[in-house]
Amino acid sequence: MSMPNRGPMAGRGPMGRGGHGGPMVMSTEKPRDFNGTMLKLFKYLGAYKVSIIFVLILTVASTIASILGPKMLGNATTTLFEGVMKQIAGTGSIDFGTIGRILLSVTFLYLISAIFSYIQGWIMAGVSMKITYRFREDIFSKINRMPLRYFDGTNHGEVLSRITNDVDTVSQTLNQSLTQIITSVIMVVGVLVMMFTINWTMTLVALTIVPLSMLIISFIIRKSQKYFKQQQDYLGHVNGYVEEMYSGHIVMKAFNGEARSVEQFDKSNDMLYEVAWKSQFLSSLMMPIMNILSNLGYVAICILGGYLAIRNAITLGDIQAFIQYVRSFTQPLTQIANISNILQQTAAAAERVFEFLDEPEEVPDTINPITVPVIKGAVEFRHVHFGYSPDKIIINDFSAIIQPGQKVAIVGPTGAGKTTMVKLLMRFYDVTSGAILIDNHDIREFTRFDLRRKFGMVLQDTWLYNGTIMENIRYGRIDATDAEVIAAAKAAQCDHFIRTLPDSYNMVLNEEATNVSQGQMQLLTIARAILADPKILILDEATSSVDTRTEVLIQKAMEALMKDRTGFIIAHRLSTIRDADLILVMRDGDIVEQGKHEELLERSGFYAELYNSQFEHPELSPEVSLPAMAAAD
Amino acid sequence: MSRLGKYLKPFLPLLLLAILLLFIQANSDLSLPDYMSNIVNYGIQQGGIENAVPHAVRQSEMSKLILFMSQQDQMTVIADYTLIDKNSDGYASYLKLYPDLANEPIFVLKNIDQSEINKLNPLMGKAILAVSAITQIQANPSSVPPSQTFGFDLSKLPPGTNLFALISNMPAAQRSQMIAAIDQKFNAMGTSTLVQAAAAPIKAEYIALGIDTSKLQSDYILHTGLIMLLLTLLSGICTISVGYLSAKIAAGLSRNLRKNVFKKVESFSSTEFDKFSTASLITRSTNDITQIQMLMIIMVRMVFYAPIMGIGGIIRAVGKSSSMWWIIAVAVLVLIGMISIIYSISLPRFKIIQKLVDRLNLVTRENLSGMMVIRAFNMQNFEEKRFAQANKDLTDTNLFVNRVMVGMMPGMMLIMNGVSLLIIWVGASQVAQSAIQVGDMMAFMQYAIQIVFSFMMMSFMFILLPRASVSADRIADVLDTPLTIKDPEKPKRIKNRDNGTVEFRNVCFRYPGAEEDVLHDINFTAKPGQTTALIGATGSGKSTLVNLIPRFYDVTDGSILVNCTDIRTVSQHDLRERIGYVPQKSSLFSGTIESNLRYADENASKESLVEAADIAQATEFISSKPEGLATDISEGGSNVSGGQKQRLSIARALVKKAPIYIFDDSFSALDFKTDAALRRALKQKLADSTLFIVTQRVSTIKNADQILVLDEGRITGKGTHNELMKSCETYREIALSQLSQEELA
Repeated sequence: MSMPNRGPMAGRGPMGRGGHGGPMVMSTEKPRDFNGTMLKLFKYLGAYKVSIIFVLILTVASTIASILGPKMLGNATTTLFEGVMKQIAGTGSIDFGTIGRILLSVTFLYLISAIFSYIQGWIMAGVSMKITYRFREDIFSKINRMPLRYFDGTNHGEVLSRITNDVDTVSQTLNQSLTQIITSVIMVVGVLVMMFTINWTMTLVALTIVPLSMLIISFIIRKSQKYFKQQQDYLGHVNGYVEEMYSGHIVMKAFNGEARSVEQFDKSNDMLYEVAWKSQFLSSLMMPIMNILSNLGYVAICILGGYLAIRNAITLGDIQAFIQYVRSFTQPLTQIANISNILQQTAAAAERVFEFLDEPEEVPDTINPITVPVIKGAVEFRHVHFGYSPDKIIINDFSAIIQPGQKVAIVGPTGAGKTTMVKLLMRFYDVTSGAILIDNHDIREFTRFDLRRKFGMVLQDTWLYNGTIMENIRYGRIDATDAEVIAAAKAAQCDHFIRTLPDSYNMVLNEEATNVSQGQMQLLTIARAILADPKILILDEATSSVDTRTEVLIQKAMEALMKDRTGFIIAHRLSTIRDADLILVMRDGDIVEQGKHEELLERSGFYAELYNSQFEHPELSPEVSLPAMAAAD
Repeated sequence: MSRLGKYLKPFLPLLLLAILLLFIQANSDLSLPDYMSNIVNYGIQQGGIENAVPHAVRQSEMSKLILFMSQQDQMTVIADYTLIDKNSDGYASYLKLYPDLANEPIFVLKNIDQSEINKLNPLMGKAILAVSAITQIQANPSSVPPSQTFGFDLSKLPPGTNLFALISNMPAAQRSQMIAAIDQKFNAMGTSTLVQAAAAPIKAEYIALGIDTSKLQSDYILHTGLIMLLLTLLSGICTISVGYLSAKIAAGLSRNLRKNVFKKVESFSSTEFDKFSTASLITRSTNDITQIQMLMIIMVRMVFYAPIMGIGGIIRAVGKSSSMWWIIAVAVLVLIGMISIIYSISLPRFKIIQKLVDRLNLVTRENLSGMMVIRAFNMQNFEEKRFAQANKDLTDTNLFVNRVMVGMMPGMMLIMNGVSLLIIWVGASQVAQSAIQVGDMMAFMQYAIQIVFSFMMMSFMFILLPRASVSADRIADVLDTPLTIKDPEKPKRIKNRDNGTVEFRNVCFRYPGAEEDVLHDINFTAKPGQTTALIGATGSGKSTLVNLIPRFYDVTDGSILVNCTDIRTVSQHDLRERIGYVPQKSSLFSGTIESNLRYADENASKESLVEAADIAQATEFISSKPEGLATDISEGGSNVSGGQKQRLSIARALVKKAPIYIFDDSFSALDFKTDAALRRALKQKLADSTLFIVTQRVSTIKNADQILVLDEGRITGKGTHNELMKSCETYREIALSQLSQEELA
């Protein structure tokens, strides 16, 4: 039950960050190598150089067009005002021709600005979406090239979050922030130029608010980030507690823990409240304070402008333009103040993506692979040493020879590492030293593709995917006909139950495959393996989670599957173990004993101890019982 | 949304205060353009002179002015002025203000209010303009066009004639005729233009009085500027207070909701949990509430503010120029049109995008969880194609929506800019017709932008509200769910005789909403000191049966008695105090091993913890940890293995020292040795307790005193292993599937 709060954010669209509603204050994580990551990102962007340059040009043009507007409108106002003064004095009238001309050219400028800005957004959306697509594709195909080892140590949620959240963050920046940054910078520079051309004293006065705003912005960002982080932490606590208590609801109920859990929840909840409102309040300060500053500038300009206008040092239209410039100055400033945050965040996200893409991949296949179209199914372990990490070898010098068609039972208590053998055989891991041979060929001489085609696998962890039953069985051999699939299903004893399902073979298995039972799922995986028709089989025997009747079916199906194939069985059933041609006894990851049932009993080692422990019964009953040497691994 | 209304009640005063502050804020924000327009109109254009009523007039000038007033008007005007001469009180201070006082007496305006000034404005304005015109005519007759001579034929007058003397000597009838003619002329101008035009002559009069007029002008601008500054501060203080209030309201509301939801969920029985699912309850208690908190903040700060601002803006804009309101109407209509087009295209697709993201996640998750299978079957390419399809679908839809949405900002800017342009164009002709002043037009422009902006903010409401109301409904669903299992109003105490006896009497059970009973007519008695085992296929109802004992569910029919007392007549607390329960899925809480064991009994002695761990076969691994009982347990017990978790979960139940124990398939993760040792210890240490063991392993229960075989919710066999092997077909089938014939011998 993973927390849904780091859910995918692709739905945010372009309304996500920035723009109106005041600057969002978020906590920023820092990338380890900012420059390196950004460089990589730019290389990634390289394929879209032309588009991006075009976007830049459009952005610049659009911004400049919009900056020119107020100044020209100011001229219109001045013309109007002068006309009015003349009219009052009776010496002339308003020059509508000039005003009309100015308005027309400004209309033109604004239109150009809007059109450019839209085209720019249109292209950029395309670029960022293409990059997002490529990022995701690269990550996904990377998953398939990485060694299984990586995923043993990595949470699936983490990989998922790279594909969704991190890629989204990067694409968000590309889509909006990139052009926003450019717009902001040009805006600030352009507005400054315009202001200086109008009147330098007024500009200097207006500029005095800049350092002040910068100071206040950075102060608030810093302060609120602290509380924001605290809020996230406490929220994490509270949500974690909720998740924990709900998951253990039955236990809480059974032990009358209601009052206690509510009491503890209240404590965390109250603490969350304290930091939550502070964090919210602090981040809400930004807008009004910037507003006061902006208004301060506005008033200063009104006063100074009025004063200058009396002395005819400035026209009314210029004051109007100036006011608009001062007003449009603060927003890009706030954005610039946030640039470093946004870039850091992007770099951190991009870094995680690149880090993943740079992970070492599986050892490449041999350059001169052998091709053995038909194998007999002989398997030999020759002085195999293996450890999940090189400094911790768990299998020490294991040798065994299995003839074609023989059955090998792997037994041992929970956590003894029984699946390790499976992973070695199919080259999910490579042996540290020694070799595994099939029909006398080192498995490393095959391509992985070829090697794995010779194996069939039925695990207890029945993996099926969100597709129809037909598709799921066909997974064993993608070019199988419908008739072959059904034949395999019949052999696996699942044709009958499939036909009772709605839509029968075309029923779609839902996400958790809760629409078929655990046992039925196992039957489907057996059908899948039967369809693949491998020479060597790896089986994981069902344990107690399956109901009795299905269990009988599974047993029959497995028997059908095992016929004439070399089999490795992770065994829980005594009958299987005793009928095996070879028993491998595992303990703490290593193969401690091997041999046939009787031989091992005679040896009175670990196997004998395991086997005999069934006699230790409360009543010391003389009956032989107990099948399960171990349960779910 | 309204279903959560009552939780907002405690915050109503704060909310009202916030709205009040928003009103003040909107008003101060909206009055800024007004003052700016004053600076332009009066400060710059009229030299700081706001009215046609001068503060002071020389006596000689006044005598000229009253020539152009009716008898009655003269009285009104003179009544509002005081004549100051050398003998008046405070002569010295007046002299400082008006240096010309030294030469002649002057009329000083009394301290009158704005309504009186408004009354005087047309009277004085007309007189001032008339005097100024005649003075001009007198000084330079040729410069005045014939139309402005008030009917004097200048050529008939001898040069140097004092026109004012002439007028004052006119017969009364002729003079009132002349005044009527002037009135008619000036009335056409309108008061505002009259005042504008009078500003220049008043300035001239002030100069004559010796007043520093440029100081007057800059004082006016400075004064107005200061008012603006104060308003800005006021608005800022209001915004900050609203920010404070909204943070308090939002955080407080979400705290209360979270608390109530949590409390409610904790009181849920398994029935309610099944109804909602655990994952959904978690989302409702966490994300949904965070959504409400965010909405509340935006609600208070933006959604309430926008209409206040919009309506206030409209009122003021119309006040500035009633003839240009249509520009605002057009702008708002265009804006609403644009926004609704963009939303109607993109909003439905946002839902699709969510589905596509889920699909992408699903494929990725499946790939991660099925990595071994995928590689075993060499299906990497197939999976990559599957992912590429999901990726492409998502990217295409995202791209489309993005390309629609990027139109929003340029469109919005174009509308705002278009409005400004239109206002200047229309406004210019209005100014030319003297209907408004330039400053008014500039103010109107700012109002228009504010109005358009507030409509824009209101449109966001339509995205936010549906989203939040889904969350609100989900929260309200939890809060409004009636509890299916409640304590009786007057709970009995469980009797103390036959301690630990559990009896099922004709029990039937059906899951809420299900069509069929899962348990049919169950009858049996479990006695102290006995082990009652339940076995059967998956779905046969074993777990359901034992879950009825602690009242996780209530029976549909029949009754369950503990110590001969119907469990529905006692409090849940009392009942559960007597039951030690080990769930199928052992869950531990974060903390330490000790805190988990103590969950059963906070006051348990150290010895009893150790003993419980001993019985549960947990001592060995606990003592292998360097910190022993103080070893940290992470959330859900994820840092201990399945078998260890199960043993701790068993130990926890044992700490309780209850007369009844329920082990719901609780040995499944234990290897055989541990299983056997554990059962032996249980038998010895819990000799007096009633034990229920649910299992699928025949071996685990072969020695139980009473085995109940369940098949599709019915007891199909009751007895010991040996009895059942002979008499019960279902049992034999199960046993045979697990053990070979000889093992069963």
